[in-house]
Amino acid sequence: MGHEYVPEIATDRDGNQHEVQGWQGDFYGGKLGFWLFMLTEVMMFGAMFLALAYYNSLHGQDFIDASATLNRWLGGFNTVILLISALTMGLGLLKMRAGDVKGAKLMIWATIILAAIFLGVKAVEWTMEYNHGIFLMHDKLLPESSLPFGQKLFFGLYFSMTGLHGFHIIIGIGIMLWLLKRINAGKVTPEHHILHWNIALYWDIVHLIWVFVFPYFYMIGAGGATGGH
Amino acid sequence: MSKNYFDETHCAIGHPKSTFMQWMLTIDHKRIGIMYAAVMFTFFFVAVFVALAMRLELFAPGAQYMDGDTFNQAFTLHGVIMIFLFIIPGIPAIFGNIVMPLMIGAKDVSFPRLNWFTFWLYIAGCIIALASLFIGEGVADTGWTFYAPYSMQTGTNVIMALVAAFVLGFASILTGLNFLVTIHRLRAPGMTFFKMPLFVWGIYATAWIQLLATPVVGITLVLAILEKYFGIGIFDPAKGGDPVLFQHLFWIYSHPAVYLMILPAFGIMSEIIPTFSRKEVFGYRTIALSSASIAGIGYLVWGHHLYTSGMSDIAKSVFSFLTFFVAIPTGVKFYDWVATMYQGKIVLKAPMMWALGTIITFAIGGITGVTITMIGADIHLQDTYYTVAHFHYAILAGVVWLLFAGMHYWFPLVTGRMYDDVKAKMAFYIQFIGFNLLWFPMFIAGYYGMPRRYFDYLPEFEVYHQIAFVGGVMTLLGMVYMFWIFYKGWTSGEKATPNPWGATTLEWHLPTSPPPLENHSKVPYVDFDPYEYHHGEPVVKFNYETMQRID
Repeated sequence: MGHEYVPEIATDRDGNQHEVQGWQGDFYGGKLGFWLFMLTEVMMFGAMFLALAYYNSLHGQDFIDASATLNRWLGGFNTVILLISALTMGLGLLKMRAGDVKGAKLMIWATIILAAIFLGVKAVEWTMEYNHGIFLMHDKLLPESSLPFGQKLFFGLYFSMTGLHGFHIIIGIGIMLWLLKRINAGKVTPEHHILHWNIALYWDIVHLIWVFVFPYFYMIGAGGATGGH
Repeated sequence: MSKNYFDETHCAIGHPKSTFMQWMLTIDHKRIGIMYAAVMFTFFFVAVFVALAMRLELFAPGAQYMDGDTFNQAFTLHGVIMIFLFIIPGIPAIFGNIVMPLMIGAKDVSFPRLNWFTFWLYIAGCIIALASLFIGEGVADTGWTFYAPYSMQTGTNVIMALVAAFVLGFASILTGLNFLVTIHRLRAPGMTFFKMPLFVWGIYATAWIQLLATPVVGITLVLAILEKYFGIGIFDPAKGGDPVLFQHLFWIYSHPAVYLMILPAFGIMSEIIPTFSRKEVFGYRTIALSSASIAGIGYLVWGHHLYTSGMSDIAKSVFSFLTFFVAIPTGVKFYDWVATMYQGKIVLKAPMMWALGTIITFAIGGITGVTITMIGADIHLQDTYYTVAHFHYAILAGVVWLLFAGMHYWFPLVTGRMYDDVKAKMAFYIQFIGFNLLWFPMFIAGYYGMPRRYFDYLPEFEVYHQIAFVGGVMTLLGMVYMFWIFYKGWTSGEKATPNPWGATTLEWHLPTSPPPLENHSKVPYVDFDPYEYHHGEPVVKFNYETMQRID
């Protein structure tokens, strides 16, 4: 588009003028669209939580036993990392709105680094579980193993949900790098920062989902047991 | 001669010179809608021919032209194309795109580039679905519902069908999102929600279903893929998983999806009936709100697909009750339409014929649906031709016919020309008779126990299948004839004026026919109701250059 968008004026029968909302430069519309898109993420993970709750109700004790074997220290560490990254993301947006582009970029970089740390810790966790014979298509999760049904289902959903969540983290890193590129190109500025706003919203959903994933997988088996392998 | 949207366009990337690239990169909602229509009707006819091949096989008992396995693949292909490629994106993608922004006085949808991207995402989904025909063991043989555990075991290309359905679902979500924001943000000044035309209400309710239900089936398909490739176990009884859970998750989306199909179709009906009755629509608010309540209640009825799959009696009763409940807002709409026609000056043009025909056939489809809502009757009729006939009366002679009605209604708007009305009515009669010959015998055959998805049957069912075949051929001929009339109309029909029907809504108040690239010359101020007639004439008149009211 390039040129400045000038809204049209509609005139009613009494001669009063009304500004017309065009699709160009519709900041509120851009926000609304992304909020709606985030609603689809909630529905998507919601369906998985539904499956999780259903099998939890069938195999309560198995779920607690399986949960007790997860490493709560690493999971808890990742939760803290993700919450801090949500803070840096939010601070970055505040700085952008205040006109401090350099500070905003710094905060986005901090978020990217924290996200990478999250993924690294996740990889360590999955490797540890693999070494204990617990991984998709592997050893204890094969149909012929003697692991109780409930534990197999727990780990099946654990890998699906943390995997899908991790996929969202990877996408998040990708779009944050893209955001940095757009800021450097002068396309995202303190006056026109809808992209930054929406990516911050995306990151909020990603950490919000984790805030529900963490207790359901890691904490339900915490009673009395110390956890860890 | 002023330029219209066929002469110039805005593009997503750059300013290409060639006409072909201009179409490929266009972000104009009208052009995108036309491209959707072209692709969808190509697939529609592929699926129609597959259906006719199945009818041919069923003409006599025993195997003639295809064996059982091929037949399984044929009905899966028919279902996947018709549901995922044609009817779910159908009316929103075609008329939601072309007409909805015009109706609310907008220049385009809220995110025109996203709209362009969505179209190509849809094409990608279509290509994946088609590719499954030629790769590996061929197209899936599970039926379009992909029920576990069979879909987890078969060697056919279930994965590709699942991926295709996921991609198409994503396109559907983005379309719905785009329309929701458009309707919330881009209505012309003065147009409150209760001044919107009823088609926009239908699209609005649909968009919410697209947005909120599609992710559930999306994740279900992803879980099915994970199950098949990585053995996560949740649909696999060998690991304690529950295949019925797949059915629940699948229908949580796929039942709202049938309302997603019908609500915009009802919206088209609500446009046509007042225009051709020359009268204000009866009960505007009840029609608008019944769309919303059908969308809402539609979420809570999925269990009626699972009466025979194993559910507690309490759950069955609740789902049965809620399903009866959906019939109420639907009935409200039908009575409103009939009341609109009462004492109107009815003009029997082709769009009105299609609308009136649909009132009959959809009433049959709807009421037979209410019979299988009853738990006891459903045990007998589940998975029989009765259910198949009910579905096609509701969807083919409900949704698709109203899509045809919309095509007749908005044809002069889109093309700037008029088709031959008399021949168009002939095509309607051929299809109306053919359709009823095709499907009505199946109610009887199904009642006597003819199961669906069988490629062979007992001799006593032969007569029903033969009548159905004749009806099938008639329906196909009628459809081909109808498209031939459209083709003739577009190439050599009379030039149409911007408002050939004397309709009231904003899409008929454009300066030229076909419309210019950026729609209305000025955005009007909307201080009137959408269907204001006085003695059969529209009350609201515009100067099309300034878009000021001159009545």
